[in-house]
Amino acid sequence: MSGIPHDHYEPKAAWEKGLAKRLPIVGLMYDTLMIPTPKNLNWMWIWGIVLTFCLALQIITGIVLAMHYTPHVDNAFASVEHIMRNVNGGAMLRYLHMNGASLFFVAVYAHIFRGLYYGSYKAPREITWIIGMLIYLLMMGTAFMGYVLPWGQMSFWGATVITGLFGAVPFVGEALQTWLLGGPAVDNATLNRFFSLHYLLPFVIAGLVILHIWAFHTTGNNNPTGVDVRRTSKEEAEKDTLPFWPYFVIKDLFALAVILVVFFAVVGFMPNYLGHPDNYIEANALATPAHIVPEWYFLPFYAILRAFDGDVWVVIIASTLTGGIIDAKFFGVLAMFGAIVVMALVPWLDTSSVRSGRYRPMFKWWFWLFVVNFFVLMWVGARPAEGIYPYISLIGSTYWFAYFLVILPLLGVIEKPDAQPETIEEDFAAHVAGDDAGSTPSAQPAE
Amino acid sequence: MFKKLAVSAVTAVMLATGAFAAGEGGHVENIDFSFDGPFGTFDQNQLQRGLQIYTEICAACHGLQYVPLRTLGDEGGPELPEDQVRAYAEFYEVFDPELDDFRVASPNDHFPGSNLENAPDLSLMAKARAGFHGPYGLGINQLMNGIGGAEYIASLLQGYTGEEKEEAGTVLYENKTFPGGWIAMAPPLYGDDVEFADGHATDLHHLSEDVSAFLMWTAEPKLVARKQAGFVGVVFLTILSVLLYLTNKRIWAPVKARYKKK
Repeated sequence: MSGIPHDHYEPKAAWEKGLAKRLPIVGLMYDTLMIPTPKNLNWMWIWGIVLTFCLALQIITGIVLAMHYTPHVDNAFASVEHIMRNVNGGAMLRYLHMNGASLFFVAVYAHIFRGLYYGSYKAPREITWIIGMLIYLLMMGTAFMGYVLPWGQMSFWGATVITGLFGAVPFVGEALQTWLLGGPAVDNATLNRFFSLHYLLPFVIAGLVILHIWAFHTTGNNNPTGVDVRRTSKEEAEKDTLPFWPYFVIKDLFALAVILVVFFAVVGFMPNYLGHPDNYIEANALATPAHIVPEWYFLPFYAILRAFDGDVWVVIIASTLTGGIIDAKFFGVLAMFGAIVVMALVPWLDTSSVRSGRYRPMFKWWFWLFVVNFFVLMWVGARPAEGIYPYISLIGSTYWFAYFLVILPLLGVIEKPDAQPETIEEDFAAHVAGDDAGSTPSAQPAE
Repeated sequence: MFKKLAVSAVTAVMLATGAFAAGEGGHVENIDFSFDGPFGTFDQNQLQRGLQIYTEICAACHGLQYVPLRTLGDEGGPELPEDQVRAYAEFYEVFDPELDDFRVASPNDHFPGSNLENAPDLSLMAKARAGFHGPYGLGINQLMNGIGGAEYIASLLQGYTGEEKEEAGTVLYENKTFPGGWIAMAPPLYGDDVEFADGHATDLHHLSEDVSAFLMWTAEPKLVARKQAGFVGVVFLTILSVLLYLTNKRIWAPVKARYKKK
């Protein structure tokens, strides 16, 4: 499958040859599982397996939960309590599904930051990156709609606030919002369509995951050096790579098991840690909770949404130039979606020819500031929009856009990159020698 | 360096959740409940006392509409014997849509809902209120102390100052724990409101804790089973991790040996 030369499956027995002629499925599985993988992948390359596990976990627990859940405003909240009290293993299933969403997002953020640091989005992996961004968007949609289903106070008011964003679109906003909700407000029609879509989208994600894997199996994995695998001959390629099975499957499964220890501790001992107490109160359209706050994984974007109020000069300019069509609310919505759009466009915004951040002395600083900024936005997104917090949101949001639109394009021009290793093998050998010598990795590869 | 990332990710998640759980309300002290911590279980006697307090006092206005009566006999809960569950159920009347009339409740029915429109249902109250969010708003003391819902209820029941005021025809009572400081519920417990068959203490402090423990059970009846499942998961996955670590080391050893000092 990949462009890296390697052994292919050769059918031997008569039935194998017969099957291969009719449906080459064994060969496909063999090539997928035995793909040559760079030897020097570090522990940040384990998140793909964690994400695959999360998708499977969410689909399996979700299908069982759907057997007992009732998507109707009168019964939804009670049916969740029915799952918690009467269904065999129901409480555990629901807590797995609830916290599984959080694990999913922990993993996807780690995966995305990995890609941003090591330049995994750069040519020839732009399509892998774009598909990944689509998966991430669908994940957010799925998680948001899933959070509405228990029909608690946060479900209802979260849905009201977020669908209200579409109402900010000029001219067609109100019609669009009514169309999305199936009525003038969040009600039974909304709950029904959210349930339907919450069931559908994971399978769309699964399809995109296959494309995502197909795309990077075609280009080959990136690796911590960003240096390409040597491809002139099989012998040379084998110096840089090892087959995915068993070397990386076992390594990834080990990492997954460690992560699941923490996951099970959370599910077993503090399953409501990442939830909100208000969601154990049934939805009530007449009582607004004191603070409406989205789930933790939406907070950075929620902060960006709220950062641009009517006092910010870019908002005033935008509003004046467009004759008030782009008001503060719509500007916030544009900024929130724009934050993801600029991230999706990073393959074309980053002008540096060096892939890995490891060999980019200036980039490193800006990257880590970007990571810190992400967590600052997450924190400020949970605070009320008053006092100093809107300023922090504004600074954080500005940096988010500056990172993609100014810093990355400029760095490629002004930065002088460090020397990169000639080959992946060289990097791997240096790493192994470093392990051997103790904590100080030797600069000289032990060849 | 990605270790740093992982650490900061975890911290930020904690910061974020801790932060948005923060409400106004008064300070809630932790109570050393039997169901706290990874190995905590319900105290069966305490739950039975709490059930008695609920039945004799709270149930006058409040309901437990999500709690099936039969679960009073479930393992890990108050564990009433079957005949007592049946006898307890007969204490209530429920509306039966098939008869279009009220009939005596059976164990398969739920507790009735609230009698008073502005008295909230108590089934999930202990999960719908977070008593504390520490340390530093991180919320991780949940691991040892729970989210503090039971503590919040106990604190509320003991938080009355005795002050009253009338607002728009409703009498409000000052309460140190209630967010805003004024609550519509009259002080429900004063001490010695019930009498226990086993002669257990009936002062306000003990009654508040007992009924709070009972409401924790109504909110999370599968708490004990959940903690056990979590513990089994943690133990087995730890063993699996060790085995996979050793397997991984073994598989990579020959590959790495090729590059070690030549």
